Amino acid sequence: MSYIKKPKISHPGLPRNAIGLTLRDYEGSMSTLCAGCGHDSVSAAIIQAYFDLSIEPHRVAKISGIGCSSKTPTYFLGGAHGFNSVHGRMPSIATGANAANREMQYIGVSGDGDSLSIGLGQFGHAIRRNINMMYVIENNGVYGLTKGQFSASADVGSTAKKGEANPYQPIDPVSMAISLGCSFVARGFSGDKEHLVPLLKAAITHPGFALLDVISPCVTFNDHEGSTKSYEFMRENERATVYADFIPNHEEITASSEPGGLETITMHDGSRIRLRRVAQDYDPGNRAQAFSHVEECSRAGEIATGLLYLDTGVAEMHELAGTTEDSLSSLDYSRLNPGNEALAKLQQRWR
Amino acid sequence: MKPTDTSDPQHYHRVVDCQFGCPAHTDVPHYIRQIAQGQFTEAYLENRKSNVFPGILGRVCDRPCEPACRRGRIDEKPVAICRLKRVAADLSDDIRDRLPQKGESNGKRVALVGAGCASLTVANDLLPLGYDLVMFEQHAVPGGLMRTNIPSFRLPPEVLDDEINLIVERGVDLRLNTRIDSMKELLNEGFDAVFVGTGAPKGKDLDLPGRHDTDRIHIGIDWLESVAFEHRDSIGERVLIIGVGNTAMDCCRTSLRLGGTDVKVMARKPRGWFKASEWELEDAEEENVEILVNHSPKEFVVENGKLIGMKFDKMEYEIDDDGNLSRGEVVSEEFIPCDDVILAIGQDNAFPWIERDLDMEFNKWDAPEVDRNNYQSTVPGVFFGGDAAWGPENIIWAVEHGHQAAISIHKHCSGEDIDDRLPRGMNLLSTKMGIHEWSFSNDFDGSPRTQMQHVDLTERFKKISVEVELGFDPEQAAREVERCLNCDVQTVFAEKLCIECDACIDICPVLCLTITENGEEDDLRGRLSAPAENKDQVLYVSDELPQTKRVMVKDEDLCVHCGLCAERCPTGAWDMRKSRLLVPFAVDEAKSTEERKAG
Ligand SMILES: Cc1cc2nc3c(=O)[nH]c(=O)nc-3n(C[C@H](O)[C@H](O)[C@H](O)COP(=O)(O)OP(=O)(O)OC[C@H]3O[C@@H](n4cnc5c(N)ncnc54)[C@H](O)[C@@H]3O)c2cc1C
Ligand SMILES: Cc1ncc(C[n+]2csc(CCOP(=O)(O)OP(=O)(O)O)c2C)c(N)n1
Ligand code: SF4
Ligand code: SF4
Ligand code: SF4
Ligand SMILES: [Mg+2]
Repeated sequence: MSYIKKPKISHPGLPRNAIGLTLRDYEGSMSTLCAGCGHDSVSAAIIQAYFDLSIEPHRVAKISGIGCSSKTPTYFLGGAHGFNSVHGRMPSIATGANAANREMQYIGVSGDGDSLSIGLGQFGHAIRRNINMMYVIENNGVYGLTKGQFSASADVGSTAKKGEANPYQPIDPVSMAISLGCSFVARGFSGDKEHLVPLLKAAITHPGFALLDVISPCVTFNDHEGSTKSYEFMRENERATVYADFIPNHEEITASSEPGGLETITMHDGSRIRLRRVAQDYDPGNRAQAFSHVEECSRAGEIATGLLYLDTGVAEMHELAGTTEDSLSSLDYSRLNPGNEALAKLQQRWR
Repeated sequence: MKPTDTSDPQHYHRVVDCQFGCPAHTDVPHYIRQIAQGQFTEAYLENRKSNVFPGILGRVCDRPCEPACRRGRIDEKPVAICRLKRVAADLSDDIRDRLPQKGESNGKRVALVGAGCASLTVANDLLPLGYDLVMFEQHAVPGGLMRTNIPSFRLPPEVLDDEINLIVERGVDLRLNTRIDSMKELLNEGFDAVFVGTGAPKGKDLDLPGRHDTDRIHIGIDWLESVAFEHRDSIGERVLIIGVGNTAMDCCRTSLRLGGTDVKVMARKPRGWFKASEWELEDAEEENVEILVNHSPKEFVVENGKLIGMKFDKMEYEIDDDGNLSRGEVVSEEFIPCDDVILAIGQDNAFPWIERDLDMEFNKWDAPEVDRNNYQSTVPGVFFGGDAAWGPENIIWAVEHGHQAAISIHKHCSGEDIDDRLPRGMNLLSTKMGIHEWSFSNDFDGSPRTQMQHVDLTERFKKISVEVELGFDPEQAAREVERCLNCDVQTVFAEKLCIECDACIDICPVLCLTITENGEEDDLRGRLSAPAENKDQVLYVSDELPQTKRVMVKDEDLCVHCGLCAERCPTGAWDMRKSRLLVPFAVDEAKSTEERKAG
């Protein structure tokens, strides 16, 4: 929170992207979060990712629940559409919006409380339907907005600011998403944008449900010693597994940008994700391996980050449901609502 | 890169672009804030401390601070620093009782030759220390070129009188109408030190055919002087000014006030190569002076003893890829009729009154050899400053020379080493008042530069002494002060406290912060949040950060001192601290001598 607004001046040498916009055109209103909150950094990474991808802000819909994290869509892409839903209900709003207009880009922003406590059920079903959206959990292990109670992602033994330890098993959104067959599962850290921005770009481009769990420290209630979601803990215990470098489809692959030993995965629109493995034998296409890797790390007190699981072969919601190619919003009224006669005909089939 | 040594006053001094650009190191943002708070007298005194003549300089300073001003890099037009200085002078109370009086005589006598701004500054600095000062001036009035050459429509004589009196009336023995004709004799008078502030009095001539066949060809600075002393009050209708520097601008505008109706300034080169400041050109063109480019003077045409015009070679130039102008080619000849010609092509210093058989070394331009650091000639105890030292410059440089020469004179007279001078210092004071509150106005004000109002064209030609610029009214001043970016309020970083949350990086509106792996300067400059292309501004590089061992890098070039980095920092690793450059004057040297003596 600051008293003055970020002045609308920009570096005269600020680069422009393919559609002529600068980074600052992707900003939103001034953040009201605590100074140093990891969520602000995630917003900055999101701004960078959409800028890099040259996506027009008005082609994007931002949907969120309740929480400090869920407030953040206000702070990026001021020109995008937005919906702040009820606590834990972001997935159903996103599902509805996506069903009505498949041509938009969807970004859901949620917190560990919003998605793993009150919204756990909706979260699971959005994955199951493979809605074409990027789903970002800004994970800080606490309910930041309501003053720092443990959330469902807090690790056993992790302590609160005043010292009491959490006794409950954590729910790890990454393991859960892998086990539910989520088509894109990744984890990043708000304090490492070099790693986070490419993950975001890959997630935005992925044609299906892309879960991105971002460890995003709550500086006010969960950045102390004893926390397993602090800046310092992450810096000591992050285990980067596979770095994902995103290559947009218009960019040519040259010999120098494609060193040997790197695997490239081509997405439906022709863009590619290049994987840089830190663990040489890790295969993000292998669901069982992905699952056990995340488990192993967690048992060792480490946090597995990177693009952990990817399956480009899963059909997304519209394909599964066989909906029209055009978005519902673009259909004229007579097609959208064929009238009483058509309804009667339809009902006749079940008589 | 090595971690930046911010304990060196030079680091933060460079960030304050205007102050760094000012030869006398006027603390611009400090006085601008004083004006903002309505403390006009304090603002005047703050100015006076370093530049001695705020009322004069607020009108006619060459203002090297303005092209340097950071604001110009953000929205093209710098803060109207010079005009704000005039606001301080216009609205200041009488400050006589706030100046130090002449100190008790220390028995040392110093001769000051010339009563221009350089000598006057030396007097200003030495008076409080108890020196007996004798100032010799050939003219009947003090002021030097400020009096004789800067026209009264730019600088009213009352303003000049006022600020000169502030010095002289405190006890300078000013001997008017007293020309020094022999350095030898002066040295024989037993002064403890001599300061030569005689300026660069010789206007350059142009020896072309016809030059000596008429009396209607004038040397610019002499002509302006004769106008100032009212020896001349008219000129022909058609006037050609040769040269396009600031003297030319004063000559053409003065001509318009003495009867010239068709006044042309003849430039040898294209526009980008003019010597005159942009604002002087603007003011002249506003008065319908025509500036003709690419005309190289060839001949004065005199018929029957009467000047009828001038012949010029019309030139064509090429500009190469580096922006250099070729020598030019003559493409044709042109005759331009006129009644008078004024030559404004430069000045030289001249020292006919200094005997060459003294131990004073002269260089190849026949000017005395003067030490750039201590202003002393090769004769111990004889110092030079202002235009007399290294050729024509401007008032603010002459003032700075005066300050430095005063230090040397004091050291010389106290028997100390004149090269052992006090170093500059730097004070830093936090401006934090609350979580989101600072003791300076940190919000960015997007207002465009305030335009100066001018007297109507018809009005201003009625009398030569009608001052053209009206000055800012308090409302205009209040708007203009907010444009200042407070470059003296420094972003001070404490790496130990940084948790690398990126909050400052993300909030900075001009992307001047980066946390990254250290590297060599060129490499670092290329991979910052926004490439740091202006190499005149330094990079700040921190020590290793505690968590990742990367470094915090700040490109000081574009920072708007909004304080958002400090507001967003959860650990207070950034603070906004007001810097104050401590520039030693003669009085400080004297204090330090005393302290040393007292042990
Ligand atoms: C036309 C013109 C316009 C200018 N406009 C500006 C401007 O707008 N802004 C700006 O900053 N600068 C301007 N300048 C430059 C500025 O006036 C000078 O740089 C400055 O005045 C130099 O000060 P000084 O004290 O060194 O010498 P001067 O001002 O030249 O003073 C020297 C004094 O010494 C006296 N003197 C000389 N020889 C002797 C002697 N032997 N015995 C006794 N007395 C002697 C002279 O009469 C004179 O009074 C202008 C110059 C000219 C020519
Ligand atoms: C239905 C309902 N129940 C409870 C709340 C109170 N509440 C607001 S935010 C929040 C938790 C938010 O935690 P999280 O999603 O982790 O967001 P953070 O603030 O940590 O980013 C709770 C329980 C609410 N707003 N609505
Ligand atoms: S309470 Fe925690 S999560 Fe909420 S804004 Fe503050 S630091 Fe961020
Ligand atoms: S913005 Fe203000 S402090 Fe900064 S250079 Fe300009 S006048 Fe000086
Ligand atoms: S004060 Fe801080 S945030 Fe503001 S421009 Fe300077 S570095 Fe950037
Ligand atoms: Mg949370």
